[in-house]
Amino acid sequence: MNAPLPGPLNDNPNLDRWVAFPSAGKVTVLTGRVELGQGVLTAMAQIAADELDLAMERLTIRSGDTEKAPNEGYTAGSQSIQFGGVALRQALAEVRALFLDQAAKVLACKASELSIRDGSIYRNGKSTGQDYWTLACAVDLAIKATGAATRKPVSDLKTIGANSARLDLPAKVFGQSVFIHDMKIDGMVHARVVRQPNRGATINSVDENAIRRAAKGPVEVVRHGNFLAILGDSETAVEAAGAAAVNHVTWQNVGAPTATQQEPNWLLQRPAVDRPFGADPVDPKGRERFERTYTRGYLAHASISPSCGLALYKDGQLTVWTHCQGVYPLHASLAKILKLEPSSIVVHHVQGSGCYGHNGADDAAADAAIIAMQKPGQPIRVRWRREEEFIYEPKTPAMIVKVRALLDESGKPTDWTQEIWSPTHNQRPGAGGNLLGALALPDPPPEPPPNDVPEANGGGATRNGDPLYNIPTKRMLHHLVTEAPVRTSALRGLGATSNVFALECCIDELAEHAGQDPVQYRLSITSDPRARAVIAKVAAMAKWTASAAGGTGRGRGIGFARYKNRAAYSAVVVELSVDEVITLHHVWCATDAGLVINPDGVINQLEGGIIQAASWVLKEQVRFDNGVVSFDWETYPVLKFSEVPQINIELINTKDEVPLGAGEVTGGPTAAAIGNAVSHALGARIREMPLTRERIMAALLKE
Amino acid sequence: MPKTFDFSVNGKAVSVSLDDEDTPLLDVLRNELGLMGTRFGCGLEQCGCCMVLIDGAPEKCCTKPAWSIAGKQIVTVEGLGSAAHPHPLQQAFLDDQAGQCGYCLSGILISAKALLDKNPKPSRTEIAQALDGNICRCGSHNRIMRAVEKAAAVMRAGAAR
Repeated sequence: MNAPLPGPLNDNPNLDRWVAFPSAGKVTVLTGRVELGQGVLTAMAQIAADELDLAMERLTIRSGDTEKAPNEGYTAGSQSIQFGGVALRQALAEVRALFLDQAAKVLACKASELSIRDGSIYRNGKSTGQDYWTLACAVDLAIKATGAATRKPVSDLKTIGANSARLDLPAKVFGQSVFIHDMKIDGMVHARVVRQPNRGATINSVDENAIRRAAKGPVEVVRHGNFLAILGDSETAVEAAGAAAVNHVTWQNVGAPTATQQEPNWLLQRPAVDRPFGADPVDPKGRERFERTYTRGYLAHASISPSCGLALYKDGQLTVWTHCQGVYPLHASLAKILKLEPSSIVVHHVQGSGCYGHNGADDAAADAAIIAMQKPGQPIRVRWRREEEFIYEPKTPAMIVKVRALLDESGKPTDWTQEIWSPTHNQRPGAGGNLLGALALPDPPPEPPPNDVPEANGGGATRNGDPLYNIPTKRMLHHLVTEAPVRTSALRGLGATSNVFALECCIDELAEHAGQDPVQYRLSITSDPRARAVIAKVAAMAKWTASAAGGTGRGRGIGFARYKNRAAYSAVVVELSVDEVITLHHVWCATDAGLVINPDGVINQLEGGIIQAASWVLKEQVRFDNGVVSFDWETYPVLKFSEVPQINIELINTKDEVPLGAGEVTGGPTAAAIGNAVSHALGARIREMPLTRERIMAALLKE
Repeated sequence: MPKTFDFSVNGKAVSVSLDDEDTPLLDVLRNELGLMGTRFGCGLEQCGCCMVLIDGAPEKCCTKPAWSIAGKQIVTVEGLGSAAHPHPLQQAFLDDQAGQCGYCLSGILISAKALLDKNPKPSRTEIAQALDGNICRCGSHNRIMRAVEKAAAVMRAGAAR
């Protein structure tokens, strides 16, 4: 019996969705995964080079294109390699087998006598004059994968597992036009949107004269319902008009998030859908009860560039260019809001700046599409303003995580409850979420029903809320808060950051309670050998010494997680010092991501995750005060070059294991390791992120 | 009436005719001269994506009015080097894979160039301080600082020959 097809291949079984042989010596590989700065296309090229026995130089990777590329939903959740990469490997293994069969037919020999080297067919080691391209016209790829072919054994892999320089990096280092922001189409018009402040807000007045004065050049004001945009040939004029328009358009039915609502505790008072998971409650009798609560505020993706989208509606056909994470879900949502036949829309991915989740990219594309429909024949380029991105991008929700453990006589947990208050982590268009511009159209779509990422996909607010430790009975209770003050959606790691912070800080508190060293305590309640290996490895890397004295102002902490409890394993140790502020000195990280395609690429991602998480934990919170008041880099500061610690990362190479998603694995462990190190340094625990100066002072005063 | 401004970009004399003399240099580079390497990040002189050299000094150009650059010498990332002839900084960034999304890199390369022009052997602390005006959101900081150190060493060796 054939092996079941990997999910994305099962969804897109036709082999010509994955590969084409366009001209002699060239191969095009198609993937639904898109480049977000994580280097995924380079990894896909490595996979293709190995499975097809080709030099990387022969490969062109085409990705994120609703005309040609496979539909793999979103490039998100550290799933590209774990699922998309395996699907691509299987598709290409089948293609390779088809070519070998055809070559055997042409050469009147057995396929087992044949081998492939850089696309050429060899028979018992001798050249046959045949190659992929001589055979291509006779090999029908418009057929479905069967699962009959087997992927290469690990021992035969050459490109997979070797460091490979990123294919996209040279163009970026030489300042070439690679980003969607750099695209130019003949006749292109620049546009800025005057954002509807909130759903249901209606335009009261538009002072067009004031807007034109600010533009200092010709601009056109376009209105459709409560969707208002400014268009012009000069980007300078349009940008100035867009900024000024905020003060020259008045709205009715305006609601704005308040300072009280920015606090995680506000969530406790709100209507919620209760979602229980795991074991029934147990009788606590005779067991010590240990309870702690940890919180975090709202975070922004804070992509370095504001979002951008281009669109052209011509001859009944809408073409959209976007840097979003899922061209197919965007395609479906655009068809709905624009009331177009799906067959009359094409969506192409073009690189943007790093997104780290659901930022404004989909919305900017929808803005461009809405305007393009009003201006047939005219290519429209929308670029959000900096302030617009900060205020209107979906935020990752504030969270409260209450951990309740029942302990045995030795201080080990025998029962664990993780109670979570959080709005949804998923309002992507593909999950029923609305495109922002659609809310301003004459016929706005309804509010999506309360919803979060299903457990089968790793959960949203519940992600990593289930500890991997040996605890006989465990449960989660998620209060899905249904009325958030701002739109919330996916940011790198989703609920894992808060859940791992909470449970790993609590594990440290339990270790202290039991009078044990945090590393030893973890190992004493962990049986998964791969989990033990990363914890032991990072302790060795950091020369962890048990029971180093706390409260000296300098401290060390550890954090561990297996992302989603099914992707990569990672343990992180942080060394820092605390006076009025926290200074990070050194971070060590050991990670097991199974079979690694591009080790340097994975290390780059792990390191990026550590630094981004450090920034979240030390500095970041979106503030509200009659509106979102974190609207630029001064009101939403992130970690600077001079604040970045030294980082050492080692991969535990388990290449006989399947590849495990690694891009998001370090976030939670880093957050927890910082929390634990701060507690060690201060001799006092801070359970609220971010770990600000005020909270350090408050913790010291309390002690 | 459009006004004409003369200055030089990457060693070439250019003349730009503008209706609005306050047009930011960034818009002039990208939209008038087609030099897309200098990126828009914030329009507030906060993030450093638009860093260029103006008469040798690193400056954010997203709000720098065109009238203020008449007669000046501008260097953008395109002026550092090319794929055929990379600047040692660009080569070091590729060698160390110093970047993720790469959006911030143009500005960072310019800040690094300005640093090395003044200080051929900067310490890690001096590199960090020189780059504090640039934001990298992906977390490539350590690779970037390592690449700057390596480029500095290559440039010193080149100068010593």
